Amino acid sequence: MSIKVSVAAEDYATTQVPAWCPGCGNFGILPAVVNALVTLQLAPHQVLLVSGIGQAGKLPHYIKCNVFNGLHGRTLPAATAAKLANRELAVIAVGGDGDGYGEGGNHFLHALRRNPDITYIVHDNQVYGLTLGQTSPTSDPGYISATTPRGAYQPVHPIALAIAAGGTFVARGFAGNTDHLAGLIGEAIRHRGFGYIDVLQPCVTFNRVNTFAWYRQRVYDLASDGHDPADREAAWQRAQEWGERIPIGIFYREERPTFEDNFPSLAGEPLVKRPIDPRAVGPLLEDFK
Amino acid sequence: MAGEITLTVGGQAGQGVQSIGLTLARAFARGGLHVFAQQDYESRVRGGHNSFKLRMGPRPVMAALQETNILVALDPLSLDVHMAQLTDPGVAIFDGEKTQVAGPRRGYFPVPLERLAQESGGNRLMQNSVAAGAAAGLTGFDFSIISDAVAEQFKGRGPEVEEGNRRAAQAGYDYALTQFGGRCDCSLSTMAAPKRLLLDGNEALVLGALAGGCRFMAGYPMTPSTPILQYMATKGAGLGAVGIQTEDEIAAINMAIGASFAGVRAMTATAGGGFSLMVEGLGLAGMTETPVVIVVGQRPGPATGFPTRTEQGDLEFVLHAAQGEFARIVLTPGTPEQAFALGFRAFNLAERYQLPVIILTDQQLADSYRTIEPFDLSSLQIDRGELLLDAPPDYMRYRLTPSGISPRAVPGLSSAVVVADSDEHAEDGHITEDGAVRTAMVRKRVGKLELARADIVPPEHYGEQHPELLLIGWGSTYGALREAVDDLRADGVSAGMLHLSQVWPFPNEQVQAAMKAAKKSVMVENNASGQLARVMRGETGLAPDGHILKYDGRPFSPSEITTQARRWLR
Ligand SMILES: Cc1ncc(C[n+]2csc(CCOP(=O)(O)OP(=O)(O)O)c2C)c(N)n1
Ligand code: SF4
Ligand SMILES: [Mg+2]
Repeated sequence: MSIKVSVAAEDYATTQVPAWCPGCGNFGILPAVVNALVTLQLAPHQVLLVSGIGQAGKLPHYIKCNVFNGLHGRTLPAATAAKLANRELAVIAVGGDGDGYGEGGNHFLHALRRNPDITYIVHDNQVYGLTLGQTSPTSDPGYISATTPRGAYQPVHPIALAIAAGGTFVARGFAGNTDHLAGLIGEAIRHRGFGYIDVLQPCVTFNRVNTFAWYRQRVYDLASDGHDPADREAAWQRAQEWGERIPIGIFYREERPTFEDNFPSLAGEPLVKRPIDPRAVGPLLEDFK
Repeated sequence: MAGEITLTVGGQAGQGVQSIGLTLARAFARGGLHVFAQQDYESRVRGGHNSFKLRMGPRPVMAALQETNILVALDPLSLDVHMAQLTDPGVAIFDGEKTQVAGPRRGYFPVPLERLAQESGGNRLMQNSVAAGAAAGLTGFDFSIISDAVAEQFKGRGPEVEEGNRRAAQAGYDYALTQFGGRCDCSLSTMAAPKRLLLDGNEALVLGALAGGCRFMAGYPMTPSTPILQYMATKGAGLGAVGIQTEDEIAAINMAIGASFAGVRAMTATAGGGFSLMVEGLGLAGMTETPVVIVVGQRPGPATGFPTRTEQGDLEFVLHAAQGEFARIVLTPGTPEQAFALGFRAFNLAERYQLPVIILTDQQLADSYRTIEPFDLSSLQIDRGELLLDAPPDYMRYRLTPSGISPRAVPGLSSAVVVADSDEHAEDGHITEDGAVRTAMVRKRVGKLELARADIVPPEHYGEQHPELLLIGWGSTYGALREAVDDLRADGVSAGMLHLSQVWPFPNEQVQAAMKAAKKSVMVENNASGQLARVMRGETGLAPDGHILKYDGRPFSPSEITTQARRWLR
């Protein structure tokens, strides 16, 4: 295996042309992911991006690294398992708000409590982009689309949900601030446990409410506002904020045993590198005599 | 059959029916006898009626019979349910001091289970050991073996409990020896035999999977497959395996696929209901060409159905599940030996052809115990197919090759990157909208079915090779079918059995040859519509002369098959 001395952004470049609309918020997230990986000096073959289906789910195709682009809503189970199989991989799951909070909501809850040592980035555009603009679980109340002609009702509050469900790294980024987002992604990857980031991602085609300008007027950085990410109570309070002021940054961070720590059988060589020997079951057969 | 007996333990859920039955089964097996044990239980934790039927003798036994020589009734209802099955002579043990019965009846043998437990063991809870001892006493089987099996059941609960239960078993055993004055014709003696294994279909299957290098399992509890996950998470962990209880079956299959993509042999196990939730994941394995093994333990459906009972109603479902067209392999073991062998083989097939392999079992196979000769581990060969450990820098996951299989690299093991996609993809794994690429990729995914024909497990053709009557079946009916053939032949009927332990790809040639060689053929299935017969017709154009179908949630007994089979002999 060839080990590169130094990893640069070009190492992650692909020939794939993004299929997103011009001006889409996803163009702010893509370089943030790459910058974080370069900053951490991870080589492409050490990284596995697992995605779902939606505009967000296409992101891994535009980064040269290992990719598992699975089913709509099912990123987290696949990513969790890949990490168990080979904990030497940096595993990053990406998906949309519909993917993660709607179709895959149950997996989100359970990933938060299990705390696998992976990263999860949600491109939260508060709309179903790929299927042409329907309401999403995070659409603001009153949001009009063809499926909610009388306006959306109560939304999911993913940050509050993540804190309540036992998240150990809960953060929010903004696609309009790539440098800040890259920093968050780096922190999330370094975090030993489930590094979760909800990213405010303007959908310039369908979401005429939550635009770049709308977010820009409202977002403020928690770090420069005196917030202590170790303070769960304070994190909960900040998580309630939405509307006039929208916090970005790390809401909450704690160290807790990871999902992998629960399996003593995982100590030592990664599972994938262990030899297979059918004769290993021999001793187990004694129980049946 | 001479020298063999059937013993039935009946009682409420929670009374210890299974532990008495299993303890006796272990003891008789260790004493050199062949044992088959079948369980019948309800979907409840307390109350109701459960039974454990044990058949044993000097020759191999493959199925349960309807009649019973000895009945151990732990409650009055068990007498009501099972007395009609009692042979003549036959003995029914029950606690005469607790169960009021209307007058004496043929076979009744009241034993003061609770009182003897109190007197001998010092605890009335030891009455099950008294019952086990009393049943064994009727057979005159070597008590020391019985005593050890009883004590083993209480291992780890302190010497007092172990010894108390030994004494309780002895009290029951002695009581039967001295107080039973009637006829029983149920004596059993130990036999010198090599040590056999006593295990059920689930245990055989999970051992096969572990031997096959499965080191990752994700599942969600559902009868009858739950014990597979439990075994993986406990005993499997000792071999370095990971067993995860997921939030649902969708997570289970997606986890198994994720682990397999990352290079570890992985499986999941469920019943039809859980498999319904896994269907999209099945297609994901097909589309991404990720090897995965899925155990579907059938129980009667649809919906929640008959949760603790048996049926072969999901064959066509697993053959057709998921949208689109792709190759899959469906294995249908019928015995613990086959469950082990196919549990092992499934992982080789999944990696060789890079597709999902379904092992279709049912409650009857999953929960029935049988003594079998120890597995030969030395002959097992792991074949990881075209696994590429050192992929070149220009590696493409879905390269079109003359062999029809794309070499499969695993992320992180070389400097190449691996790109897999559930969208239609080009050779490099990236999304495509190109029609020609689509055509080539479909051809590859579908074409693997033809390649997999080279590895079909041939059906087992038993009995007459040119029979008047050929009985065809698949899966757990193996034992009942085989014994039915033996019984028919003993009666002078020219009979044979064709048993399929792989249904897909379908063993066309072997089935056609066997049907041509037979005068008449009858399909025997534990379902309402004859699903294998439909598959067979589709694949070979041949139809059986008749069907023997059963769908009351209970397994076939050999006599049910022979009785019906005679209809085609007139
Ligand atoms: C099981 C399933 N249901 C529905 C779809 C159709 N579908 C594709 S993407 C999507 C929603 C996309 O919304 P989101 O996850 O927010 O991603 P975005 O496109 O907004 O980035 C839906 C419903 C699908 N692919 N699979
Ligand atoms: S529809 Fe919205 S989310 Fe999708 S690419 Fe266009 S702008 Fe981006
Ligand atoms: Mg969205």
